Amino acid sequence: MNIQDKSLGSRMFDLINILILTILGLSCVLPFVNLLAISLSSSAAATANIVSFWPVGFQLEGYALVFKSGAFIHAFGVSVLRVLAGTTLNLLFITLTAYPLSKEASELKGRNVIMWFYVVPMMFSGGLIPFFLVVQQLKLVDSFWVLVIPGAVPLFSVIMMMNYFRGINKNIYESAMIDGAGHFRILVQIYLPLSLPSLATLALFAMVGHWNEWFSGLIFLNDMNKWPLQTYLRQQLVSIDTRNLRADDIDLLLKLSNRSLKAAQLFVATVPILCVYPFLQKYFVTGITLGSVKE
Amino acid sequence: MTTLSSRSTLNKGNKVHWNLKRNWVLYAFLVPSAVMLLVFSYWPMYGIVIAFKDFNPGLGFAKSPWVGLDWFKFVFTLPNFTRIITNTIVIAVIKIILGQLIPITFALLLNEVRMKTFKKTIQTFVYLPHFLSWVIVGGIFLDMMSREGLVNQMIGLVGLKPIGFLIDNNWFKFTLISTDIWKNFGWGAILYLAALSNINPELYEAAVIDGANRLQRMFNITLPGITSTIVLLAALSLGGILDAGFEQVLIMYNPAVYPSGDVLDTFIFRQGLTEMQFSLATAVGLFKSCIGFLLIMLSNRLANRFANYRIF
Repeated sequence: MNIQDKSLGSRMFDLINILILTILGLSCVLPFVNLLAISLSSSAAATANIVSFWPVGFQLEGYALVFKSGAFIHAFGVSVLRVLAGTTLNLLFITLTAYPLSKEASELKGRNVIMWFYVVPMMFSGGLIPFFLVVQQLKLVDSFWVLVIPGAVPLFSVIMMMNYFRGINKNIYESAMIDGAGHFRILVQIYLPLSLPSLATLALFAMVGHWNEWFSGLIFLNDMNKWPLQTYLRQQLVSIDTRNLRADDIDLLLKLSNRSLKAAQLFVATVPILCVYPFLQKYFVTGITLGSVKE
Repeated sequence: MTTLSSRSTLNKGNKVHWNLKRNWVLYAFLVPSAVMLLVFSYWPMYGIVIAFKDFNPGLGFAKSPWVGLDWFKFVFTLPNFTRIITNTIVIAVIKIILGQLIPITFALLLNEVRMKTFKKTIQTFVYLPHFLSWVIVGGIFLDMMSREGLVNQMIGLVGLKPIGFLIDNNWFKFTLISTDIWKNFGWGAILYLAALSNINPELYEAAVIDGANRLQRMFNITLPGITSTIVLLAALSLGGILDAGFEQVLIMYNPAVYPSGDVLDTFIFRQGLTEMQFSLATAVGLFKSCIGFLLIMLSNRLANRFANYRIF
């Protein structure tokens, strides 16, 4: 924009505007700074509530205990496995489903009906209880796979990918067809390389989604040893009474104030998101505009 | 250039042959996901029948005895049910309205900033909370908004009495709404910022020549420039009127604030999975799904009508 506006009013506007935005921006990071400060403070300071944005009585014991806690490390491992397995499955289902759906009805006979089959579950669901009962009936309860299989087909991502595939130049597709390439080859050798940014976006979102998901662990895994990290953390938040805790957790609590340890755990669980955040930022504008139909 | 499709229409018999030989693969690709949907989406839809039955886990969906509309009649006589519906709608509607207004304001303000680095930094900060789970965000706020937490310490500095954000029924809705806005306003602004970057810069130049000041430009060029985006998102948000934020409430509430914080989803969760009242909870779930479905249809209609939007 080549507008030079140096009037007093305009400068005042800039000043106030930057002030408001700074406050908003800080409000989004300060809670994390507070969390970090508590996690690094001595248990006495944390319990006395005198920590704001800088550690009081600096110590790393909270983190040492977190990494020594078998339960925490184990839950972290379950989450990592879940992210890997879940994202792979998601991408597989997304591409396999989006490719045929991106074809015209002349090639995919009955496309309309098929499309409805995929769209209805986005608008209407059986609800929590029937879903729970079905998963229970399938004997998936207390299995690791309950974390990745029921949600293996992310329909919104399928639709986004389908729309992206539809935008790929038809001439490329048709010449490949004339050259005798089958659908599988066209998908793998032409469509996928052409959609890498979209795939990366969907993969990132799937990863974050799997890392953050805690509810299925809560309802389907009765065995705490199988919990992913977020389910484990949720338990730490709500269980004030020690009855629900395992022996090594109680041990931890005795050694360190609940508050300092909690903060350290929450912060460690945030780190993986912080690690992928730069990539997320690069891709999420693509991600959010991916689904829109360009006409 | 002769394309395959136009060539194949020349000879109809050929086309069918070609279709079968080449395109069975397309159907094969669909089989795995179709099976998944049948099992994890359509089978639970069939399971809704238990809202009209007295579900017995031993007998399953099909064989449990019918009870008609008994569960629905029962639910609507529960003294708490009106309160739960009211909570759900009040929380969701305020979240929807503020969840639009605040991102729009934020996007408008950010659009006025000319320092690129400052703009980028602010964006980096405000998008972050959206990507963290409610376990983490809830964990942070359960600590910060407790009676001795950071927020109350600040309130104490001004000389006011501490507020029971998490335990006081007069405040709990405020807590839910404000933390939800905090988590999502940055993310919510992204689409508006994208729309803002598409506004023709010449409009601003012309306005400057005409002597319009900053605020006038904001209200007469920038805001009208994103009206269609606003209308679209407003229409689409209609579908969420019964979604008050299940995960958030489940993490942040406690029995003391059930009167102000209990919503349909948490009620279903407790009745179904804690009390094992499967049929009752399914009936409430069906009630919610049906209204949700109607609202989504309506919102897609509106979005299509006013903003030319369609999902596929």
